[in-house]
Amino acid sequence: MSKQAQHWEKTRNLLWVTLAIWFVFSIGIFFFGAEMEASSFRPFGYPLSYYMTCQGSLGIFVILIFWFANRQEKIDEEFGFTEREGD
Amino acid sequence: MIKGKFIDNLPKVYGIYTGGFLVFIILMAIAEQAGMSAKLIGICFVAFTVSIYAIIGYLSRTLQLDAYYVAGRQVPTVFNGMATAADWMSGASFVAMAGGIYFKGYGYMALLVGWTGGYVLVASLLAPYLRKFGCYTVPDFIGTRYGGNLARVSAVIVLTVASFTYVTAQINATGTIASVALDIPFGIAVYVGLASILLCSMLGGMRAVTWTQVAQYIVLIIAYLLPVFWISNKMGAGVFPHLMLADEVARIAELESQFGLGTVKNSAADLATVPKGLAGITKAHSEVNTTPWKFISLAVCMMAGTASLPHVMMRYFTTPSVKTARRSVGWSLFFIFLLYCSAPMLATLSKLSLMDPNLPTGIIGKSIADVQAIDWYQNWNQANLMFISDFNGNGTLELNEFFMGGKAVVLATPEIAGLPYVISGLVAAGGMAAAMSTADGLVLAIANALSHDLYYKIIDPKAETAKRLIVARVLLFIIGFAGASIAALEIQGILGSVIWAFDFAMSGLFFPLVLGVWWKRANAPGAVAGMLGGLAAGTAYLIHVRTGGAEWFGVTQLTFGIIGSAVSLVLMIVVSLMTKAPDTATQKMVDEVRIPSGRTVLGKQH
Repeated sequence: MSKQAQHWEKTRNLLWVTLAIWFVFSIGIFFFGAEMEASSFRPFGYPLSYYMTCQGSLGIFVILIFWFANRQEKIDEEFGFTEREGD
Repeated sequence: MIKGKFIDNLPKVYGIYTGGFLVFIILMAIAEQAGMSAKLIGICFVAFTVSIYAIIGYLSRTLQLDAYYVAGRQVPTVFNGMATAADWMSGASFVAMAGGIYFKGYGYMALLVGWTGGYVLVASLLAPYLRKFGCYTVPDFIGTRYGGNLARVSAVIVLTVASFTYVTAQINATGTIASVALDIPFGIAVYVGLASILLCSMLGGMRAVTWTQVAQYIVLIIAYLLPVFWISNKMGAGVFPHLMLADEVARIAELESQFGLGTVKNSAADLATVPKGLAGITKAHSEVNTTPWKFISLAVCMMAGTASLPHVMMRYFTTPSVKTARRSVGWSLFFIFLLYCSAPMLATLSKLSLMDPNLPTGIIGKSIADVQAIDWYQNWNQANLMFISDFNGNGTLELNEFFMGGKAVVLATPEIAGLPYVISGLVAAGGMAAAMSTADGLVLAIANALSHDLYYKIIDPKAETAKRLIVARVLLFIIGFAGASIAALEIQGILGSVIWAFDFAMSGLFFPLVLGVWWKRANAPGAVAGMLGGLAAGTAYLIHVRTGGAEWFGVTQLTFGIIGSAVSLVLMIVVSLMTKAPDTATQKMVDEVRIPSGRTVLGKQH
């Protein structure tokens, strides 16, 4: 397999992981709104459903993007596809 | 030129600017103590901030193509994040969102999830690859990746429909705020708003819009956060409201049942006396009050719409590299997060201020005559944003007898909570900044697509740089003027048309953009079918529902993008597979886009 094909395979795998985490916190958990509301796990005292919609999921997205960017940079570096200055 | 130096000195320049703005707020506060009238304070805030944006716009004027279209591709990561956040957060986010949460609670907060989650898609699926491509506009990518004028024109059509729907709402919002703050009629205020928008973008294109948007973000975030922290501390609810309002949320639920929320209902005859556009509290504050599908479908539409709206995507064309484009998405979302996670807190504080009889600001349970005598009630009643009526004739204000406009939650809460008027002036300036920055981005996105993709690429490919820039500016003026004229008619509410814009963009552009990078086999006929078919299907479904047709699968007029994009995806795959695969040159181009190193696909000047 060529260097570029390997790079793309790793990139694609990272995409799937990122999208899976994204799916859980943007769609998955909101199938269980009522269950989250009844849950005894209450971050900072807020009902879990309320907390996830106004802070929890939002914050996870911010962290997820930075994590994704770091991983992708590592993959680019590994295969020597990092941009050089002046490119 | 100061350009090279300017980029190196950005933190210093904007640091001084922020300091200057804080000093201005303090000066205004002193002036208020010295007896300056509320009206004059409002005028000072709006006039001062708008003239600063205009000065930045003038200083950023340019005669170069890549500066005009992509700000010279040298906007650093964090600053591009701020500019994107301002570009993104519109008058709707700033003025209407806390109000929506106040009235509709959990069901409405699907928008918070949707308008942030979309950035994960932007970062992982699109932004870095489109940056590598080196395009000036989104149709530029579609036109080059798929080849052919038909694909390019289709992209321009979808872009124009979506962005134009959005921009009328934003010019409407600048008009509303300008008319309140400057005390002029709405019909004139709309054009005052338009003039300020054009001042920022006309001379310097993307470069000018970038640097004014950074300045606008600083104003709008201060204007949003300062009142939230101040009210929370004044009320004794918590030093850091975001982490400390759990008791207040619980207290609201307690008061809701005490005041008979949901059990005491207004008769239709009583409701008919309430002015149009005002609403009472009918939904519980924090309870899960909607079905999972309703919540999720709305969030999905907003997420896919985020990834397809061209005025957001083109901000990532301005970064120096692919790596910085990717990181910049993270910073954008961080800056957006600061405001979005504060909106529910503002709604909570606002509701508690009004409801809790133990607080000096509470009005529910007081006598009607007392409430009618309050200064702020009289002001906002006159502005048609507040209304009370003694339906049951007991002389006491009940929860179901108090009505408020959605905008009042942001605009009036500082006054209700007893903060000095200077804060209300600051909030007006923040709302103006939010609406102006989004309108700027949108008008520029449309005008650039028309001037670059339609005029230069199709009509007159031999046009000189000077001529191209003149055409771009003339179009900018025409688009802005058309948007303002429609806004002046006041045909739709701010929030409804914003949501539609997302659905239009998602219907026509989401899959053609994503598959352009992630599926090599996608070809021009497939993309054209996907764009036009998706847009047509979405629009047809919207008309179907609006004219009283039955809803399919619980898809409403706010989520018609689901139908549009599903049709788009199917058409794109079927038509692509039925027609010839893209040639090897195109396949190589896609390979090239998938790695960050090497030259961009399109040249620096094209």
